[in-house]
Amino acid sequence: MGVKINVTVNGKAYSHDVEPRTLLVHYLRDTLLLTGTHVGCDTSSCGACTIHVDGIAAKSCTMLAVQADDCEITTIEGMAKGSDMHPLQEGFKECHGLQCGFCTPGMIMSSADLLSKNPNPTEDEIRHALEGNFCRCTGYHNIVRAVQYAAEKMAVEV
Amino acid sequence: MIPASFEYKRARSVKAAIELLADGNAKVLSGGHSLVPALKLRLNQPEMLVDIARIASLKGIKVSGKELVIGSTTTHQEIASSDIVKEHLSILAEGAGAIGDVQVRNKGTLGGSLAHADPSADWPALVLVSNAKVVLEGSGGERTLNAADFFTGFFSTALASDEIITEIRFPIPAKGTKSTYQKFVQPASRFALVGCAAMREPSGETRVAFSGVADAAFRDTGIENAISGKTLTAENINHAVSDTAKGQDIMSDHYASEEYRVHLAKVFAKRALMALA
Ligand SMILES: Cc1cc2nc3c(=O)[nH]c(=O)nc-3n(C[C@H](O)[C@H](O)[C@H](O)COP(=O)(O)OP(=O)(O)OC[C@H]3O[C@@H](n4cnc5c(N)ncnc54)[C@H](O)[C@@H]3O)c2cc1C
Ligand code: FES
Ligand code: FES
Repeated sequence: MGVKINVTVNGKAYSHDVEPRTLLVHYLRDTLLLTGTHVGCDTSSCGACTIHVDGIAAKSCTMLAVQADDCEITTIEGMAKGSDMHPLQEGFKECHGLQCGFCTPGMIMSSADLLSKNPNPTEDEIRHALEGNFCRCTGYHNIVRAVQYAAEKMAVEV
Repeated sequence: MIPASFEYKRARSVKAAIELLADGNAKVLSGGHSLVPALKLRLNQPEMLVDIARIASLKGIKVSGKELVIGSTTTHQEIASSDIVKEHLSILAEGAGAIGDVQVRNKGTLGGSLAHADPSADWPALVLVSNAKVVLEGSGGERTLNAADFFTGFFSTALASDEIITEIRFPIPAKGTKSTYQKFVQPASRFALVGCAAMREPSGETRVAFSGVADAAFRDTGIENAISGKTLTAENINHAVSDTAKGQDIMSDHYASEEYRVHLAKVFAKRALMALA
């Protein structure tokens, strides 16, 4: 029944037998106990489950764990360097980019995908890049500011 | 939501995939962005999934003679950001970039979208308007269908159960051809409530195709015949779109009534033709 998968998650290698029907998000949360990746809608719409698979943003509720075999995965737990927050995490904190925080891991992973392709996005580009991520609390304005904060900080760091 | 159990096989070649498909109740898995949601809702319960996403020969974008050839497992994002596509057939990049959201475009594929044949998907209108050919391979060999013959109705295509789409061949239009994709997004799903793809060659020949409007994507020959060869003046355009979607089986659901869809189709056909003027 089980299919063996090898994945690298946040730099650490794992190997497990999984049932083919196991969703990637459940593998991350229930097997690896990385519960920072959230399940919001479970219907591919809200983006709370967004992670990076081989460097690109994907909704982990809409992928099977077997599809990630041999892939490099980054989740929200892999963003900080020790006790130093990632500039996006810092931006969300400083700019009040979260209230309940449920959407935040997905927002940060989608924003990181954007900044990796476009380090200096316009406000419009930020809003478009986050079309697949819903926030029921903030009204989005402060999320956009948080991404701008991170973009500025990352430009200085380079 | 958890799918029902199934067996999973990753095919290493087209030949291996076809052999696995011959074996009863198996389904192809590409980007999984239509199939995985359907499995989760148990709308679909195949015994086996044959994953074709890593077959190298099915991926990529190239120019071959007078055609732009795109492999079936190429993602929406790869097409939307491709310089080759932007240079030769920019409407494909424009349309692919209008699909869903970033995460969906990162995983979903051209071949998957065509095989799924959702009447509200964007690709069907784009392959129809560009006169593309769909290449299929199965246990009986290879065959090439015109896009118009590939779609056979509501979520249905000419694909046999042991066939896979290998590539899509798009004729490269004459220099000076203009094109546009105008989409009215259903704001919750981001699918097309109406998507209108239009192309006009320097000769004046004009093609118009719709997604979202009827039970399957279609070429609107009424508009095409009325506007081909005529100047794109407001008057000619208004006249050409007056019978938009005539004879089609128009969809009606809780997002948009039949009457509203036809109204939107007219408005979007007009916008598309204006954009070509
Ligand atoms: C939130 C969300 C929003 C979306 N918004 C849009 C939108 O705005 N516009 C739009 O057009 N689409 C939209 N989609 C659908 C998306 O584009 C899908 O990726 C696409 O329809 C299917 O492609 P796939 O590669 O994911 O196919 P899969 O899900 O892997 O497969 C779909 C079907 O096609 C079959 N299949 C796949 N590849 C092949 C092949 N090469 N040969 C034969 N059969 C094959 C499978 O067996 C299955 O039946 C959206 C999806 C989601 C989840
Ligand atoms: S939980 Fe995956 S998109 Fe909402
Ligand atoms: S902070 Fe509550 S959903 Fe975004």
